[in-house]
This record gives sequence, structure tokens and C-alpha cells, in this order.
Amino acid sequence: MPPLPLSILLVFLPLSLVTIGGGQSAIADMHRQIVEVHHWMSATQFVDAFAIARLAPGPGSLLATLIGWQIAGFWGAIAATIGIFGPTALLIYGVAHIWSRFEGARLLLALEKGLRPVAAGMILASSYVLIQSLEGGWISRCIALASTALLMATPVNPLLLIGGGAGCFVGLHLLGLV
Amino acid sequence: MAQNHMKDALAERPSALQLFLIFTRIGLTSFGGGLSGWLLREFVQRRRLMSEEDFLNGLSIAQALPGVNVTNMAIWIGYKLAGRNGAIACWLGMVVPAAFVIVLIASLFASLSSYPLTHVALVGAAAAAIGLSLSMGLTAARRVPRRVFPLAIMAATFVAVAILKLPLLWTVLVAGTLSVAVTYARG
Repeated sequence: MPPLPLSILLVFLPLSLVTIGGGQSAIADMHRQIVEVHHWMSATQFVDAFAIARLAPGPGSLLATLIGWQIAGFWGAIAATIGIFGPTALLIYGVAHIWSRFEGARLLLALEKGLRPVAAGMILASSYVLIQSLEGGWISRCIALASTALLMATPVNPLLLIGGGAGCFVGLHLLGLV
Repeated sequence: MAQNHMKDALAERPSALQLFLIFTRIGLTSFGGGLSGWLLREFVQRRRLMSEEDFLNGLSIAQALPGVNVTNMAIWIGYKLAGRNGAIACWLGMVVPAAFVIVLIASLFASLSSYPLTHVALVGAAAAAIGLSLSMGLTAARRVPRRVFPLAIMAATFVAVAILKLPLLWTVLVAGTLSVAVTYARG
């Protein structure tokens, strides 16, 4: 068995290259590897970390950093961060470097359009997996759907919405409903 | 040189340290996405550090390539403005300070974990936060062309990842390659 931070690095390195359309798309697979394959976290811990990552500022993929930190402390956080950001950082760096000599407009367009349905399918799959891991039965699922509807219909501040979800759930809990 | 004439219209190039600080500020004040518009305002409209065309080229590449769009943009902008050091500075500014903050916030929650309500609040927060994922997924799904092939690719990706739990890497390689190849062949 390699040391834990190395195992973490090896889990996140390939995940980096499938974060198409943003870090959201890799969450389903992150969940599979962290919770189901390696048993590094429980499903509940994973969803808690997801909530915290959404409350915190910065790129959403810092969820990986947080997971690394919770599994293996400082070096775990470093390993996960390098894993999830490293390969794609080198990729865009390489493209920026050769871009001036690269006549890739048509290929780029095909890449962008062609990956659209794949990214959509992955992000929807991530939401599905997260809803499945959510505690609190149908009430928390209703909160998730209400929040989705609010986000799509109004320019609501996401931070306020997450705070509202927390407050709402605590209120229902205190009333003995959940 | 033509390039130098173009540069005259733009402001003076920032140093790597200045770029680091700009991205630190953007990284620490950004919540829940929508950052591309913010970057456009900061670098093109307000500071006039790069042309709109350069920026939009970078944006479509950042979106097409894997990786978080904003960290991809950070590297693109940094490279355009200050070469290798600029790319490194922008990336570090975007990721490192925010990484410290997220660990700090998590530690704060951990220290409150002896109160049962902390976990209850986090479940509620997670439920609302899932809305961010789901609404992004639905928005992305709405942008998929209403033709049989793209819709089938989207559905197959969803089933492979959510239901069959196939590894993401292989799903993306197969579905992505197929989809890009067909799109390219169509022109």
C-alpha cells in the first residue's frame, strides 16, 4: 500500500481531466471513489464537505482540497489539490503557449459543441448522486428542488440561498418535523 | 511591430505579484460561479489589460478544455499578460488563499460538531447547495441541441455515470470522442 497522500493523488489525477464544464461534473465519480471504493469518508461526511465547499469562496473544485484535508491532513490537502488542478492546468498552459501558431478554430468549435451534451449528462448525474446521499428524506429533497427552481427563476444570491436552506431545515428540525 | 502598436491601446502590463493579488481578491470574493463576467469586467473593461477578442478566445478554450473554467482563465490571462510567471501567479492567487479559507471554514464547522444542530444545518445547506448543481445541469441540458444524437449522448452519459456507476474517465473518453467527432464531421 502506498502512503495515503499518494493514494489520494492517484485518485484525483485522472479526475482532473474529466472536469469538463467545471468541477461539478466530477462529483459523481469523486463520490464513487472516496465513499464506495476506498471508504475514506462516509456518504454523510461527503455531503457535509460538499455543502462546506459551496459555502466557501473560490473555485468549487476546492472540494477536493477539503476532502484531502479531512482524510489525511495537510499532505492530503496538498495531494488532492495538485491532483485535481494539476493536469488541466498544464493542459491549458500548453494550449495558451501554442495558440498563436495553432489554427484550431473549427476543431475548437467542435470540441465545445460536442462536449456540451456530455457535460450536461455528467452534471445531472452528479446532482442525482448528491440527492441520493442526502439525509432528511423528502423534506431535504424538496429543499433541493425548491432551491433549483429559485436559482433558475430569480437572480438570488447563492450564499443567501444556502443559508436559507440551512435555516429552513434547522427550523423544521426544531419543530420536530425532521 | 504591429503587436506593439496594439499594446499601446492597452494599459501597462502588470507584474506577477499584482496579478497574484488581483486573483486573490477575485478568488476570495467569488461565490457560486458566474465568474467569467467578473473577469471580463476586471481585465478588459476596467483595467484594459487585454483586448476583448483575446479574452473571448481564452474563454471558449477554457470552457472546451477540461478543468474549472475560472482557473483555466486564470492561467490563460496570466500567460497572455506576463508569460510563465504570470500564469503561475494567477493560478496561485486563485487557488491557494481560497484553499486556506475552505479548510478554515471546515475546521470551524468541525469545532461546532458536538452540537447536533450543526449537522442538521449542514444537511439543509447541502440540500440548497444541490440546487446549484442541478440548476447548472438543467441550464447545460437546455443548451444541448434538440436533435436525436446530442440528446442520446446526454442521456447515455447520465445513465452510465449515475445509474451504472461506470468510471467517469472512460465514459467521457468514449462519449466525448464520439460526440466531438460527429460534431466535427458535420462542420
